[in-house]
Amino acid sequence: MNDAGPQPESDGAAGGAPAAVEVVGVSKVFNPGRSNEIKALTGIDLRIDPGEFVTLIGPSGCGKSTLLRLIAALTGVSEGTVSVNGKTADQARLDRDYSMVFQRAGLFDWRNVSRNIELPLELMGWKAAERRERSAEMLDLVKLSEFARHHPAELSGGMQQRVAIARAMSFHPQLLLMDEPFGALDEMTREHMQNELLRIWAETQITVIFVTHSISEAVFLSTRVVVMSPRPGRISAVIDVDLGERNEATRDDPAYFSCVTAVRDALRDGGES
Amino acid sequence: MASASSRRSETDRSIVQAATAPESHSSAPSLASDPSAIDDPIVREQFIRLQAARERRRARTRSTVRQAIVLVAFLMLLCVAYTAYKAVGAAIDDAQSEWPLIGSFLPESGDLKMPPVLDIVSGIFAEPRGAGEPFWSIVGKEAAFTLREAAVGFAIGVVVGLGIAIVLTTSGRLERALVPHVIASQTIPLIAIAPIIVIWGRKSFDFLPFEWQDWMSVSIIATYLTFFPVTINGLRGLQSPRPENLELMDSYAARWGQTLWRLRLPASLPYLFAAFKIAATASVVGAIVGEISAGVKGGLGRRVLLEAQRYTTGPERLYVAVLGAAALGIFVFAVISSFEYVLVRRKGQEAVT
Repeated sequence: MNDAGPQPESDGAAGGAPAAVEVVGVSKVFNPGRSNEIKALTGIDLRIDPGEFVTLIGPSGCGKSTLLRLIAALTGVSEGTVSVNGKTADQARLDRDYSMVFQRAGLFDWRNVSRNIELPLELMGWKAAERRERSAEMLDLVKLSEFARHHPAELSGGMQQRVAIARAMSFHPQLLLMDEPFGALDEMTREHMQNELLRIWAETQITVIFVTHSISEAVFLSTRVVVMSPRPGRISAVIDVDLGERNEATRDDPAYFSCVTAVRDALRDGGES
Repeated sequence: MASASSRRSETDRSIVQAATAPESHSSAPSLASDPSAIDDPIVREQFIRLQAARERRRARTRSTVRQAIVLVAFLMLLCVAYTAYKAVGAAIDDAQSEWPLIGSFLPESGDLKMPPVLDIVSGIFAEPRGAGEPFWSIVGKEAAFTLREAAVGFAIGVVVGLGIAIVLTTSGRLERALVPHVIASQTIPLIAIAPIIVIWGRKSFDFLPFEWQDWMSVSIIATYLTFFPVTINGLRGLQSPRPENLELMDSYAARWGQTLWRLRLPASLPYLFAAFKIAATASVVGAIVGEISAGVKGGLGRRVLLEAQRYTTGPERLYVAVLGAAALGIFVFAVISSFEYVLVRRKGQEAVT
């Protein structure tokens, strides 16, 4: 697996469009050469096309969040290459090709909802009027227009996470990286947020990579589920989910349950091998 | 996926459509409407939360009023206790011939050692011989003089203290190397360095574009007490953002300065204001001590020294001067607190105390 993998540019770019994300032969070792060395990921190959909704699922310690961080260039690879839109991951970060949503909404307490959404636009040097216009647009997208002037401390967890999504989407990134964004929410709020996220995904056709450890969430949301297993972290199965357009009825669909079973079996197999 | 690029170009339009479509308002009712009529469960929960928050704010206003009443009652109680102690002391003095032992154990409470409350109050308004103005006006002017020294010292201290904190934030190694020195600097007694700074001021600051004056040396002495809490708390505050917030800034490819200005500094404000309150009162103490060591003309330190020297001719004046110093300390504390209220608390943040 340490062979120089095919270069992203040369690899099956049908129609000339590069893959949204191309991960080739990636491994990640924390604290290499020290007594607390940890092999977080090994031999990861993954290609994600534009417009896909891909979920990374696996038990704790399988490196799914690490893989997301590698794609985001928040940490570097030990071996292999990660490319985003045909560029290196770090160049994609500098070009603001992606946006990230964390488990904690991580809003800035001292900014109201609208100004929180404007944060990335400020960093990019947008003019105030343009920022305000875009933030109003985003508030409509997440249906929070009434709360533009409120401060995050006044908002519930679900509301805060909606603002975080609006902030992430504000500059129309091509790729959305989500690290267990609904992990801290209660079940009802969580299902509601899943519906909202699918609506936003359908409206914007953004590419989403979504980390979760909920099987039902993974199946309900994604077009493809990447099952990972720990020690060392690796991809143990990739399951295509073909459920068509999702709605509340999907959650009772037999096809949905068979996909859930398939993912569960894959997780079990991966854990045993 | 061949259509991916064309779909990409539609992204902007679809978001605009979503934003302008009338049905996008259907689940965002006006804030005045009945919470139970909202179909979006997250928004409905939000209304209940907002109502609870409004209740809490009202309760906080009530408790502020209560605090003011308690403060006034406490001050009155203090005056009563002072007077009562004097009364008991006087009674024991009268009985001293019968119980000489008890009388000699108790601190003396005669009008010279402890002027009556009413004497102190009238001392505020009395006109000292040859002054031509009431004593409160003299003390007020001197307090203003001290306030200028303290304010300049505070401002320099904040800039220096925050500057050091920002530099230390850039590197953990630098922090470990320098923080012990910052702490050690505070173990040198102020009284010891004050004369040195005054002498430097008189001899060595010729290169400055303005003439160095003694009160500026006093400001430098105040700075010495001021920068320390700002550095220590500022460092804590600048390091207070959660790792995911720093990663968020990284993910937006924010520059170092942008992260400092938009994340680290705002996040450190509650910590900084806790330090500013300590630093502001310390700057007054530093200014008064500095005045006494530097022999500056004017200022509360000078006044306290003067009234102590001629204590027997008007003991209440020393008390008034000391009360003036206390009032100045409370004043600067209140000024910082009101800035804190405007900049930090109103935005739903808890203050760090």
